[in-house]
This record gives sequence, C-alpha cells and structure tokens, in this order.
Amino acid sequence: MSEILYPEDEAALAAALREATGPLQIMGGGTRQIGRIAPAQALSTRRVQGIALYEPGAMTLVAKTGTAIEDIEAVLAAEKQRLAFEPMDHRAILGTSGQPTLGGVIAANVSGPRRIQVGAARDFALGVTFVDGTGQVLSNGGRVMKNVTGYDLVKLMSGSWGTLGVLTEVALKVLPVSETQATLKIHVTTWADAVGCMSAALGTPFDVSGAATVQAEDGGFDCLIRVEGFETSVQYRASELTQRLAKFGAVDVVDDPWAEVKDLRSWAALDTVWRISVRPTDSLRVIDLMQDLQKEPGFHCQLDWGGGLIWLGLEAAQIANAQAGLALHQALQTHVAQLSGHATLVKSGFLRDQELCHFQPLGRAIEHVSQTLRKKFDPRGILNPGRMS
Amino acid sequence: MEMPQPNSEILSKKAKIAAALRAVLPYDAVIDDPSETRAYECDALTAYRCPPMIAVLPATTQEVSDILKICHREGVPVVPRGSGTSLAGGALPTADCVILGVAKMNKVLETDYENRLIRVQSGRTNLSVSGAVEEEDFFYAPDPSSQLACAIAGNIAMNSGGAHCLKYGVTTNNLMGVTMVMMDGEIVEIGGGYLDASGLDILGVICGSEGQLGVVTEATLRILPKPEGARPVMIAFDSNEVAGACVADIIKAGVLPVAIEFMDRPIIEICENFAKAGYPDCEALLIVEVEGSEAEIQDQLDRISAIAQKHNPVELRQSQSAAESAAIWLGRKSAFGAVGQVADYMCLDGTIPVSALPEVLRRIKELSDHYGLRVGNVFHAGDGNMHPLIMFDANKEGDLELCEAMGADVLRLCVEVGGCLTGEHGVGIEKRDLMEDQYSAEDLEIQMAVKDVFDPAWLLNPSKVFPLSVSQSRRAS
Ligand SMILES: Cc1cc2nc3c(=O)[nH]c(=O)nc-3n(C[C@H](O)[C@H](O)[C@H](O)COP(=O)(O)OP(=O)(O)OC[C@H]3O[C@@H](n4cnc5c(N)ncnc54)[C@H](O)[C@@H]3O)c2cc1C
Ligand SMILES: Cc1cc2nc3c(=O)[nH]c(=O)nc-3n(C[C@H](O)[C@H](O)[C@H](O)COP(=O)(O)OP(=O)(O)OC[C@H]3O[C@@H](n4cnc5c(N)ncnc54)[C@H](O)[C@@H]3O)c2cc1C
Repeated sequence: MSEILYPEDEAALAAALREATGPLQIMGGGTRQIGRIAPAQALSTRRVQGIALYEPGAMTLVAKTGTAIEDIEAVLAAEKQRLAFEPMDHRAILGTSGQPTLGGVIAANVSGPRRIQVGAARDFALGVTFVDGTGQVLSNGGRVMKNVTGYDLVKLMSGSWGTLGVLTEVALKVLPVSETQATLKIHVTTWADAVGCMSAALGTPFDVSGAATVQAEDGGFDCLIRVEGFETSVQYRASELTQRLAKFGAVDVVDDPWAEVKDLRSWAALDTVWRISVRPTDSLRVIDLMQDLQKEPGFHCQLDWGGGLIWLGLEAAQIANAQAGLALHQALQTHVAQLSGHATLVKSGFLRDQELCHFQPLGRAIEHVSQTLRKKFDPRGILNPGRMS
Repeated sequence: MEMPQPNSEILSKKAKIAAALRAVLPYDAVIDDPSETRAYECDALTAYRCPPMIAVLPATTQEVSDILKICHREGVPVVPRGSGTSLAGGALPTADCVILGVAKMNKVLETDYENRLIRVQSGRTNLSVSGAVEEEDFFYAPDPSSQLACAIAGNIAMNSGGAHCLKYGVTTNNLMGVTMVMMDGEIVEIGGGYLDASGLDILGVICGSEGQLGVVTEATLRILPKPEGARPVMIAFDSNEVAGACVADIIKAGVLPVAIEFMDRPIIEICENFAKAGYPDCEALLIVEVEGSEAEIQDQLDRISAIAQKHNPVELRQSQSAAESAAIWLGRKSAFGAVGQVADYMCLDGTIPVSALPEVLRRIKELSDHYGLRVGNVFHAGDGNMHPLIMFDANKEGDLELCEAMGADVLRLCVEVGGCLTGEHGVGIEKRDLMEDQYSAEDLEIQMAVKDVFDPAWLLNPSKVFPLSVSQSRRAS
C-alpha cells in the first residue's frame, strides 16, 4: 500500500476524494482499529486541524476534525470546561499509539461513563461539515444548542465510522467542569446485586453521573457510584446515597477510579474484548450465557452505564482455538439480538483473520436502509468499505 | 403560502380509496365526509387551511401498516398527524392527501423503573407520559409548552424541546427507540431499551424528520427520577446587553440551571398588564431556575445572585416558597396568552449563539421600526432559542403578509449571526422557502437523498421542509 495521504486542508481533502480511484481508509489518530479494515489507501485528517471558535459563555467549541482531543481538552480546561461525554481513550486496550482526534471520537461516537447522565458524543455534536464520497463539501446542523432546521444528519454522521463521509469540522456543546466529585464503592457478592445497586442509585434524584461495576479480587464485585457538582452538594448526595445503598453491601468512599473504568487500561493484555449494549437488567442474561459457555477458566467483565454497557474480555489462554472463539462470538451476537441490543468485537488476536461481523448484524429492513444511505453518500463505495460489518 | 396543485387523478379515486381503507379499518376510523374532514384542515398555524381528502384514525401499528400499503399502492400522499399543535404547518393537509392521525393510539405499553424507560404508543400526549410515571416520582424531561395537548408522535417528528432542555436536552436526547411503519407498509424497530446504535444512527435522523420518513407508532423514552425540588430567582436589568452578559457569566461560573428564561420590555409590560405577576419596571428580565434539595437550591441561587449583583440589577428576587415561585413563573407562562389578548401574533423560534444576543435584539428592534409592527421577545436564553412574537392585525389588509416578510427577515438575521431558522417548531411549510438561506443546494440535496431512501415516491408529507421548487422533480415523479 502506498504512503498515507495527509491533505493540508478541507479543500485538499475534497480533491483527494474526488480524485480517488479506489477505496480509502479514513484515519484520524489511528487509535481505534475496530471493525473490519480492508486494505486500502490510507487518508489521514491529521493536518486538517485547529480550533476555529471557542465561546465559553455560549458553551460551544468548533474545531477541525484532525485536532487532537488532548489539545481540545487543554483549551477547555483553561476555562474550566470539558467534553462532558467523557470520550474513552482506546490506546491502552487496543495497543495503538497515535493521537486520538475529534474526527475519530465523533465518527465512532465514543463516550464514557458519564454518557448515562449527560448523553453520548452524538448528543454533544451540534453541527458537522464533511466531504462525501464524491468529494462534495456538505454541512448540517450549526453551532447553536437547539436546531431542528431540516434533517438531523449530525446524528447520522456521528457513529458512521467514516463510511458516509470524511468529517472536516465539528461544532460541539461543552459543559463546565464540576467543582468536585465523590465516588462510593459498594461491595456486593453477585452480579444481580450489582445491577440492583446501580439501578437503585440511578433511580434516586441525586444525579448520579457514573454507575459501573468491576470484578473485585475476592471474587465479589465493586459497584462504583459517582456524583459530581459543588462541594456541599456532592457531600449531601454522597451521604444520602450511602444510606440508601447500604442494604446492598459495605459502602466506602474511594479515590477517583473513572479513568480506569473508562479506558480499561488493565485489560490491555487481553486477547479478545467485546463491547455490548443492552437494557441494563438484561446484562445479567448476557453474563449468564457467558458463564454457560465459558465456565473454565472464567472471563473478565465490567459493567458501566448502570449495567447497560457490558465489557467482556478473554485472555488468549482462555480461548481453545479460533473455532471456539468464533462460536462464542456468534452465540453472543445471537443472544444479544434476541434481547435487543448490540455486541461489537472490539479486538481479538484469535479472531483477526476470521470471516465474521465485528458489528452487530442489523435486521433486514434497517440493513437495506443503511446500505442505500451509503450508496447516496458514497456512490462509488470508496469510504472505509465494509468497516461497519 | 403556495401549496402544490392537488392531483385530480387521486381525487377521482377517492371513493375507491375510502372503500379500500374501510376494508382494513373499523368503519368510523375512516372519515371522508367533507363536513367531518374539516376538523383536520389545519394545525396551530391556523392562517393556512385545507381539508384533506380522507382522514384515518388507526388504533394499532398493524392498521397503520395496512393503511400505508393501500396509499402506497394508490400513490396517495399521506400526512401524519399527532395532536395538530404544530406551529409550522407540519400537519397541514393537501386536498389530495390522507391524514393519518395517531390520536387513538395512546396506550402505555410498558413502564420499567429499574431501567428507567417507558414504552408508549405515539399518540399519547407528552404530559400524560410524565403522568404515567408520576406515582413512582419519575418524569419525562422534554417539556414543550404545549405539553398538555401535543403528542409524542409530533414531538419526535419535530424534535421538540422545552424550557428545561438546558439541563435535560430535547426529544432526540431522550428518545431510545421507535416502532415505525415505512411508506410501503413495512414495520421496523429502531433502537429500543439500550443506548446508542450499533450501525448507523437511523433513530437520530428519524427524530426531527417532520413525518417525511415514516410513521412512528410506538416509542421507547428515557424517564428520570424527579428532582427533590426546584426554585427560581428573578433578576431585572436596565438593558438587554447587561442581561445577556449576566447569562454568559452564570454559564461560565459552572452553575448549570435547568432553565434561563429571558423577557424584554414589550413582553414584560404586556405580561404584567395581563397577569399582574408583580414584575418590576425594567428593560430585561431573567428567570433562572435551579433544582436539588433545599440546601442545594439555596447554594445555587446564592451563587447566581452573587454573579447577578456584579451586573447591578434593578431588582433581584429569590423565590422562598412555592407561592413565590408560581408568581415569578406566572407572567412568563402566560406570555403567549397575554400577547394574544392585545394582538394577533406570529411566533418565530430561530436560534442564535448566546453571544449574539444583544446585537440580535437591537436589530429586531430596527426591523420592528422599519415594518411598523410591534415585537416582544421571550426566549430560552441559556440555549439561544429566541421567540420573537411579531404582533399584527389579521383583519387589516396586507398585515399578515407584512408580518411574514418581517418574520423572514428576523430568521435571516438569526442565520446571519451564526444561528438557525428554527430551534423547536420545525420547518413545515412556514420556513420551507427560507431553507436556501441556511443551506446550500448541495446540503439540501443530500437531505432530500435521505428521504429518497425511506420514501422513494415522496408520498409522506411531501410538500414540507424543502422549498417546492427544490423538491419539484422528486414530487412529480
Ligand atoms: C501511522 C499509521 C499507519 C497505518 N497504516 C495502515 C495501513 O496502511 N493499512 C491499514 O489497514 N491500516 C493502517 N493503519 C491503521 C489504521 O489507521 C486504523 O486502523 C484505522 O484508520 C482506524 O482509524 P483511526 O484509529 O485512525 O481513526 P480514529 O481516529 O481512531 O477513528 C475511528 C473511526 O473513525 C473514522 N474517522 C476518523 N476520523 C474521521 C473523520 N474525520 N471523518 C470520518 N471518519 C473518521 C475512522 O475511519 C474510524 O472508522 C495505520 C495506522 C497508523 C497509526
Ligand atoms: C401554544 C403552543 C406552544 C408550543 N410550545 C412549544 C415548545 O415549547 N417547544 C416546542 O418544541 N414546540 C412547541 N410547540 C409546537 C408543537 O406543540 C410541537 O411541534 C409538537 O411536538 C407537535 O406535536 P403534535 O402531536 O401536535 O404534532 P402535529 O402538529 O400533529 O404534527 C407535527 C409534525 O409531526 C408529524 N407527525 C405527527 N405524527 C406523526 C407520526 N406518528 N409519525 C411521523 N410523523 C408524525 C406531522 O406530519 C407534522 O409534520 C407549541 C405549540 C403551541 C400551539
């Protein structure tokens, strides 16, 4: 494959797309190698970068998509603001080393634990400019908080993994950084209690901004419940929650664990990782299935979003062979489809070369709509072909 | 407002189409008597009226599917309708259309407090969704002022929002899934009880598509535990600029109120005369509401008050009780009714960057002088969603047209300063012909290409959203 293309700006990027003679692999920072990646000419947005506008008083920031998330976060932090959807950094778990970009975060709709309270990346994208598969520069949305002018293609482009167009500019809603946070750890002995505890916390009026569960060393589970805000308010809500959650297990206040929860750094050495989204209480049924199929020698599991987001992981030694891995993958996707939800294979050494759907297969009608949309946006089928299959 | 000529071929098939519909629906669910179809001749944009050819009131998703199959086969345009409170003419019929009203479909299908969601049929009204979960102290957050009447179906189609969206977002941020019937009758499930799409975010594009992509029959909505309490502070200023600066400072300070409402002098005066809420004599009034426990509320109100004091307010009044809160909100909540008492009015909903507020208010005043029409401004300041109310006299020859011309200028101004034509009410027919001021031909083309995917024959609500000249070739084919 030839060298990576680095267009200098939006116009050059559009020209590169118009002149493309074959498939392109769109990359931002090269840090999220999820999905099927066909051999193709790589095209990077890294040079299409810079913050075009930042108005803290209006809670809006507009930037080119090649801008590093790190740079955006630094500029926001200087005004005590942040990307409230808390985008996950995939580098540790995927073993990649580039700079995560704004384009990658929006194209992959990457959110973190706070998604449960404030919404996903897609909810914070106010407007987009992108180049479609024919090289046209198109815009949708704007830079204001409320906008129902025409169809909401901002949502459609968010999470489209570069298969509908190459984003060049995104307008974001940003939010103030909280003065402080407190995290409660509730030690429970079953997954069912963990989900019950998280549900109970999220069912209170105390504005919980994180509800995750990790496996504890003693074979039990630690529920992590976060509240954020002004000091006195955080203290009050943490103490109210402590009282209400004590019935599930011992409650402790712990140091901020959310970077680890968000980025799963300790999972870096795992061979195979799935990310599953279901109705929170259905997470127990996914875990049951996994327990049936994978009794010996266990598996890694973390729940986020009150149970709605399941991370499942296996070490290389826990997978007998590629065939066994494939069977497990297919069983998971089938089961999750029955529950209504989706399972994505985030990484796998064992399954890398297998014919499989990394993303959850869609129902016939929606698959048809998706394919037809792609044909409208990218008639030649040159943008990340097959990436979302 | 121009509407396409009704298709005479379709009109000539009316009896046949009505009979086909009666074959799949209960007799009284098909309305074809001209004296009765009149009930569906307009929505809340009452200046435009046209009775439909036929109206149908299905009770189930399957019936909706059966209706659409017939209309698809016969090539009949279909205009979906919720409660008919659209201010943009979104539910305005054409003479050759079938109005498909979902008002009968108002059941709660499932409430799931553990997972914080509710599933309803789409004809259920917004307020009665909250009503259904009230006993467990939950609520559905998006709260358009029309919430007593408007249906979830219309909320989804318009991506409606309300005063509290600063904290909770609008419909799209609270919608988890829909059951939708495509124009060819196929029933599809999009999203559900889980978060985020695995494939393309189709749900995101359905929300806000103004009834042009499919008929939504059921919805899964996020519900939230009710806050412990809420209280506002009212702050009066002697200029719009200072009030605008105060809004920016509140936001920058990291306090996130649930609502920041702004009223200018003309509205304050009209509201005060009407509701006697005890508003001070001032140029601009902010109502800022916060939520939480008593102590949390007090803490936030004190922070906001401290910021406001730096801007030398004419008056600052923290509510200390439910009665005082009601008094502060009274004027604001009666604003539309109060203006309606003194004049006919047109309500726009362009959105602007908050920083452009003083400039936009100044230029709206200039336009008001130029056109000789009074304007009052009341709006959601936290998110820049303006609501200029342009007052006119419907009985005076040419006044409506004058008002529309001024409205168009105001919306162009919103676009010019970096905003958009509509933040809440949608495009419908009202702002259709201004779309080219906000979007390039290519930008509109890709949106229409999305409609081509869902509704290739352009039968669903076809004469809305896009300028007629722009959608002409598609509608004709
Ligand atoms: C230096 C380098 C060279 C590489 N060379 C190759 C190679 O030759 N062949 C190969 O198969 N792989 C190669 N890769 C791996 C490849 O870059 C990534 O696997 C892939 O591009 C994933 O995208 P990403 O991580 O760069 O994008 P991220 O920035 O992590 O983005 C995630 C997703 O969003 C999409 N995306 C990113 N930015 C935008 C945007 N602005 N608009 C629309 N969509 C966007 C991406 O396509 C991807 O689907 C290389 C990686 C690096 C770092
Ligand atoms: C006094 C008043 C105050 C208002 N305040 C607000 C406010 O604060 N915020 C706000 O956002 N709006 C407000 N509105 C506007 C209006 O209430 C909203 O747009 C509302 O969502 C419309 O809902 P509806 O059920 O009445 O829809 P309708 O008026 O019946 O239809 C609106 C649109 O939805 C489509 N539609 C209806 N049903 C379906 C379906 N089943 N499937 C697909 N498409 C469908 C229609 O075709 C039409 O395009 C206000 C209106 C009034 C009259």
